Amino acid sequence: MSGNSIRDTFFEECEELLEALDEGLTSISEGQNDNETVNAVFRAVHSIKGGAGAFALDDLVEFAHKFETVFDEVRSDRLVIDDVLMALLFRASDHLTDLVEAARSDEPTDADVRRGILTELIKYIPSEEDEAAEMDAIDFQPTGLDFSMDLPGDDAEQPTYLIEFKPHRTLYEHGHEPLFLFRCLAELGDLKAQLNTDALPLFETFDPEESYLEWRLELATDEDEAKIRSIFEFVDGLCALEISEKAGDPAASAQEALTNAINIDDADLAPVETDFEVESVLDPSEPSPEPEKVIPVKAQKVAKPAGPSPTLRVDLDRVDRLINTVGELIINQAMLTQRMSEIEGIDLREVESELEDYKILARDIQEGVMAIRAQPVKPLFQRMARIVREAAAATSKKVKLETIGENTEVDKTVIERLADPLTHMIRNAVDHGIEVSEKRVETGKSDFGTITLKAAHRSGNVNIEIRDDGAGLNREKIYEIALKKGLIKEDAELTDNEIDNLLFLPGFSTASEVSNLSGRGVGMDVVKNAVAALGGRVSISSVPGEGTTFMIVLPLTLAVMDGMVISVAGQTMVAPISSIVESIRPEKGAVERMGTRERLLSIRGNYVPIIEVAEHLGLMNADTNDRSEVLLLVETEQSGQCALAVDAIHDQRQVVVKSLSSACGNVPGVSAATILGDGKIAMIIDTESITQSLVANKAASPKMTNLEEVQNAS
Amino acid sequence: MTTKVLAIDDSRTIRELLRMTLENAGFEVMSADDGVEGVDKFTEFQPDVVITDINMPNMDGFGVIETLRGDSVRTRVPILVLTTESSADLKARARDAGATGWINKPFNDEALVSVMRRVAG
Amino acid sequence: MQAEREAEYSKGIELVAFNVNGQKYCLEITKIREIRRWSPVTVLPHSPAEVLGVMNLRGAVIPIFDLACFFGMGKTQANERNVVIICAVRDRSIGILVESVSEIVSIDMSEIQETPKIKSETTKSVIQGVLSVEGEMARLISLNSIVDPIATDMELL
Repeated sequence: MSGNSIRDTFFEECEELLEALDEGLTSISEGQNDNETVNAVFRAVHSIKGGAGAFALDDLVEFAHKFETVFDEVRSDRLVIDDVLMALLFRASDHLTDLVEAARSDEPTDADVRRGILTELIKYIPSEEDEAAEMDAIDFQPTGLDFSMDLPGDDAEQPTYLIEFKPHRTLYEHGHEPLFLFRCLAELGDLKAQLNTDALPLFETFDPEESYLEWRLELATDEDEAKIRSIFEFVDGLCALEISEKAGDPAASAQEALTNAINIDDADLAPVETDFEVESVLDPSEPSPEPEKVIPVKAQKVAKPAGPSPTLRVDLDRVDRLINTVGELIINQAMLTQRMSEIEGIDLREVESELEDYKILARDIQEGVMAIRAQPVKPLFQRMARIVREAAAATSKKVKLETIGENTEVDKTVIERLADPLTHMIRNAVDHGIEVSEKRVETGKSDFGTITLKAAHRSGNVNIEIRDDGAGLNREKIYEIALKKGLIKEDAELTDNEIDNLLFLPGFSTASEVSNLSGRGVGMDVVKNAVAALGGRVSISSVPGEGTTFMIVLPLTLAVMDGMVISVAGQTMVAPISSIVESIRPEKGAVERMGTRERLLSIRGNYVPIIEVAEHLGLMNADTNDRSEVLLLVETEQSGQCALAVDAIHDQRQVVVKSLSSACGNVPGVSAATILGDGKIAMIIDTESITQSLVANKAASPKMTNLEEVQNAS
Repeated sequence: MTTKVLAIDDSRTIRELLRMTLENAGFEVMSADDGVEGVDKFTEFQPDVVITDINMPNMDGFGVIETLRGDSVRTRVPILVLTTESSADLKARARDAGATGWINKPFNDEALVSVMRRVAG
Repeated sequence: MQAEREAEYSKGIELVAFNVNGQKYCLEITKIREIRRWSPVTVLPHSPAEVLGVMNLRGAVIPIFDLACFFGMGKTQANERNVVIICAVRDRSIGILVESVSEIVSIDMSEIQETPKIKSETTKSVIQGVLSVEGEMARLISLNSIVDPIATDMELL
């Protein structure tokens, strides 16, 4: 009920409206400027203005108003959108977004930018109309009456007004009720009313919808005539109305004039039903015997375009609490199952099916709850459209953004945390990927560069692809830079893929001069870390002359994953099943040594490096020569196949992912923790980061340790 | 019996503002997101007053007035239009269609309640 | 009399005293969420020596610190008689492993003396002050400075 909650509603709504605005503008820019599209855009801006007005957000109101007025011109076919105007509209839309954000956080915006855009917008607005309309927009004076609370004065010299009021039939048809008008008049002073029924016909000729009555009112008040007229504002033209000031003693003359008078004073201002008599006298025009006929109009209802399905807004905290509780339920279920199996003397088969049902129900609840947090990537992609526009403008390149799979749903947190990495990659793509038009045309490409942003669900993951049709990576240059920065050894022989992956090393920047667009001291390593923090990974592929593609693969939900329960150095841990190709119990002779420490697994004719997970995690392990070990073959984006050596595999199960970073900071080689059936915490190993030690091995040795650690941080 | 008000506006913010203001003033408020829903709800709830925005998707405010005043419904319930464009033009059009009066956005509590009293007591 | 005594108490604070490697330490009681018996923890890879690992406290992951180790007195030989004090630090919870909890003492703020000049920076940063509890010196510790260097360390890793 508080004003603040409505303010929150306003800003939430603004997000949707801005989204609709952006969508509409994009449609228009693609040539779809039919009435409905333009109208939708107009409405979006208009609604923002309306709400902003209610909270006295003057900058926002003013800007939205000008913006809206331009659309009004377009709507009424007085203005045609050309490229220049289109660009301006996009800029205005972006600025409107900024203004809303600023209003929300109560921060100032760049007044110069606003003035600049406003000046340009005004050029499209015929000046007179604009000024008139502007007055309206910024006029916060209510047109309604200000009820002065002054009681009708005991001032003897109060002037008296004579009001002759004869409603037309249309007055009733417009839903007016003279009684209510009289009540409002009565609040201004002392009111006496006289009803003239002379015009009432005989019953046979009575038309219940006709207006036969007229009133003669006398109002003794200190208010002026304008105030009285304002009460009749809505009925202007729907009645014959004459107001004049009367001389002489109001009370006496009124008394004499009243023959069939009804005195309306404060006592009559009780709820409607109590003065039934008054009403029936005052309202003979009501077709009394027959109740108002209401025919459902559903049948003629216009087919509603498939709009969004009904939604319910829920506080995120509540959802998260629910998710947590469901997580506990899953753990509880696992613990229960484990305990049951440990109890001797009972026949598990008796409860097995119930336990199984419990498990299924718990999973169903969990899936349902997780779906609440899922949101389409559309708003995120739309933000990227803006980034492309800005980046293209800053670099004077022609670039357009294509989006595919906008309705793909991803966990809300993923959407929030992907914004920065995506922004960075998009800027990079415009800045370094896409060539200038002349160069593109020279090489037989269209002068417009295209960046494609694509989202899709793939086998329990969400894939997000950022593809540009630019020049592709300049591998020679990357190699050179990596060498210069000491990221690789002089004689390092790297495959193309390995060279591409150097981009992800900390402190790498391909721009030979730091451009102010993408070179803000942020490298692709930050992108990689951000994605890794979400439990995902990012890979790169590039074809010279054809472009570069980044692929981000993320788990569908952050809260649950399929894990393989393993032992490492006596500790129970979990490896994400999604990363494991197969588990291998190597036969004698399948493991070859390289030098003293390195080991390779021979599998189907290939030699795959073996990584000791315990060693990588800094845990002591028994002598590797003589223990039973299991190898997990993992496929990685960067290092190809690797085998992770662990002590044992116990089980496969779904585990609830618990963040470690808030309690313990980031732990290298570990992505998160989970709670197992016995109530103990188990680390979830980060296979991707563990295998990266192989890439790091190729780096110059003095830097190695450091590099590895920074890389592994997420 | 409390006076029932149907508020039709495509802006959630405005709907909420109307609801809060009118409920504080003792009215019972129900709302609809656009004209089509508004007309549906009108037949369903039989409100005593209708407040409608003009520019809305699916069916605009003029459509609402015309439908409610038209032969199929033929109501005499007061219909107030919400308008930021206080241009006489829109008001005249709304009035010609059968609107009872208008409320200028942005409205304050007092102005809104005062208009309500003029048309709904 | 009664009123006076109450006024005195209201200026005072309550401390929980405990033993670490034979030395007496104490913490403000308001910082303590609960005291639990020691149970084995899960090792946290790449953590400093004083971080024993993490434990599950009703679904939350809580890091457990060995205070003795932090003060360079070697690892506490964790056994069933030891206790873990769960404390609130900033907006998270941590546990500290101690030998045993000895008592709760009510003292007046004025009884706390500034930490005498000592060499060890680590120790100095953690000891807020010292006081005498039944003739024995007790060290009042600040949890922020225990967690900070470790947390920062780990984030930098």
